Amino acid sequence: MKKLPALLITIIAGALLLYSAGEFPPWGDLQQPASLHVSPRYIEKTLVETGVPNAVTSVLADYRGYDTMFETSVIFSAGVAVMMLLRGMRHGKNSR
Amino acid sequence: MARILDDIVLDDIIIRTCSRIMVPFIQLYSLYVLVHGHSSPGGGFQGGCIMAASFILLAVAFSIKMVKRRFTEAYHLAFCSLGVFIYAGTGMAALFFSGNFLDYSKFAHIVPVDPVMARYYGMALIELGVQISVMAAMVSIFFDLVTRGDHGEAPDWEDD
Repeated sequence: MKKLPALLITIIAGALLLYSAGEFPPWGDLQQPASLHVSPRYIEKTLVETGVPNAVTSVLADYRGYDTMFETSVIFSAGVAVMMLLRGMRHGKNSR
Repeated sequence: MARILDDIVLDDIIIRTCSRIMVPFIQLYSLYVLVHGHSSPGGGFQGGCIMAASFILLAVAFSIKMVKRRFTEAYHLAFCSLGVFIYAGTGMAALFFSGNFLDYSKFAHIVPVDPVMARYYGMALIELGVQISVMAAMVSIFFDLVTRGDHGEAPDWEDD
């Protein structure tokens, strides 16, 4: 009986998601908002501005450099957190 | 799991020999993926994971102790920090040439290339930082998770 509200919420949320999916622009539509803002510039100017033929690399490492820097920081934090949690336990009472 | 690996796999000469032959090529391939990230799929994250896979293959085929003798735990943390330092340091270095943070084109003041190619090489530099950081973090996380944090050195595992 406790699962009934969860089921209702799931059904309602899923129905809302499916309903809103009907409003998406069609695949590959050049006039959709996501294709109009900065994508054309990245696609057209990547080779001219950065000399890198691969637009993925130039967006990842140059145009979106902040993003990738903190992605690297997240990897670093994950490594340090796992080390602190599991390696640190060796000196505590849970030494197994 | 490390105990299982030590008991069963450690004696297998076929796996050990094959791993020993494969590891240099895997590491070379990870550098290939890193430096060709500019013109083909690849880059620091992918190359770092492939490089970490070579160390994980060694740990599975031989033992974690054998890998830790060559790539000690202090180096895990040092390389993990060094990668982020290279990335952030590259960004900070651009500030000294009156550029914005991570504006690689300002490196044209110190290296004899035009600003476009300076961005090209700046990207290569930060991809190298990403590769080092990801490689060390993946190896460290694998060692910690697979042995529950004691790297196969717990007393209750040495009894049998």
